Amino acid sequence: MLAARDLACRRGGRLIFADVAFSLAPGDALVVVGANGTGKTSLLRLLAGFGRPAAGQILWDGEDIALDFAGHRARTHFLGFADGLKALLTVGENLAFLAALLGNRDRAPPPAALAHFGLDALAQRPTRALSAGQRRRLALARLLAVPRPLWLLDEPGVALDREGRARLEEAIERHRAQGGVVAIATHGDVAVRDPLVLELGDRSACALP
Amino acid sequence: MRAALIALFVRDLRLARRRAGESLLVVAFFVLALTLFPLGVGTSPDILARIGTGVIWVLALLAVLLGLERLFQPDLEDGSLEQLLLSPAPLELLVAVRCLVHWLGTGLVLALASPLLAILTHLPNEALWALPLSLLIGTPSLTLIGAIGAALLAGSGKGSVLAALLVLPLEIPVLIFGLNAAEALIMGLDARAALLFLGAFFLGSLALAPFAVAAALRLALE
Repeated sequence: MLAARDLACRRGGRLIFADVAFSLAPGDALVVVGANGTGKTSLLRLLAGFGRPAAGQILWDGEDIALDFAGHRARTHFLGFADGLKALLTVGENLAFLAALLGNRDRAPPPAALAHFGLDALAQRPTRALSAGQRRRLALARLLAVPRPLWLLDEPGVALDREGRARLEEAIERHRAQGGVVAIATHGDVAVRDPLVLELGDRSACALP
Repeated sequence: MRAALIALFVRDLRLARRRAGESLLVVAFFVLALTLFPLGVGTSPDILARIGTGVIWVLALLAVLLGLERLFQPDLEDGSLEQLLLSPAPLELLVAVRCLVHWLGTGLVLALASPLLAILTHLPNEALWALPLSLLIGTPSLTLIGAIGAALLAGSGKGSVLAALLVLPLEIPVLIFGLNAAEALIMGLDARAALLFLGAFFLGSLALAPFAVAAALRLALE
């Protein structure tokens, strides 16, 4: 479904990683690990189609995403360090906006998405009044509000409590069971069942057996 | 796709309403800066009436430039821009919606406030509708052209002063024809040519600016 071939990334003239290769089938999860500055975020941004790799290709169903970046981004969820929430909106408004922006046609899912992350009681609360962990839960809720096959999560477990992480892990497993793929950059706080591990920093490559 | 555009329009409008203070600051700058002129050039009504139209238009231009920083910088910092890029709606159209809402909070407010300034500078009565009319047609171009500079410098940390310097040369034609139209209308002369030029600038910038802005924002996110 999602594959990378000989991927290299250059930032500020410095080669961050090279020869990254992997191949994910529906239901697979890629866990990207590595020390700070080894390019985990850069890799996820490349996979989201935000930029072009310095070398190599990213393939979706065998087709280079560079041929249709817009189409690729429209099937991708990207959750970065900045969570894309507006402090002045309420929890419900933030999620309803993101759901409409990202193309949720039926308007039902947002409440269920909020409920999954335990935010249903906070829907009317202004987002600026949330704690860091609650903000993160709200950011994660959009993954459920809009179904998209590719999830790219950059440190999704940051600021989450144990229950929040459990909810996230449950959402990830459900997404995989439905045939989606997920790539997570993490320092190990989020557990994923039989993942494919890609370690950046030592120029390693891995592929599905 | 339409749903995404409407959602952005509604959200930006809601944010603008909850930050109404920022629009008021633009008007406050507009009025306060104008009150400096009698201190500088004297309070004689003839002088004020002669320079009034020009001063008001220049201040409107500066007020629009002042507001440019808020156009994309906050979205870039909080990650909203990435979500815009992930939308199935084309970024160009989303950018146009963003500029429209931004204009409602700056250009439109300035146009509505301009009759007050016309009275303060002893302009003839015709200015009470001529100034808002020229600003209504002219300020959308100022916002759209300014958005290019704002997008190019978003994320560079260079701030709005450089963006203002960057787009100022491109804004000058709008200033010239806007001023021209307002003065012709006030003096009862034929203002058609100037108004048509203003309209042409608006349509031209509406057609081109969203593409330039979207390209610049994609680069900023790379």
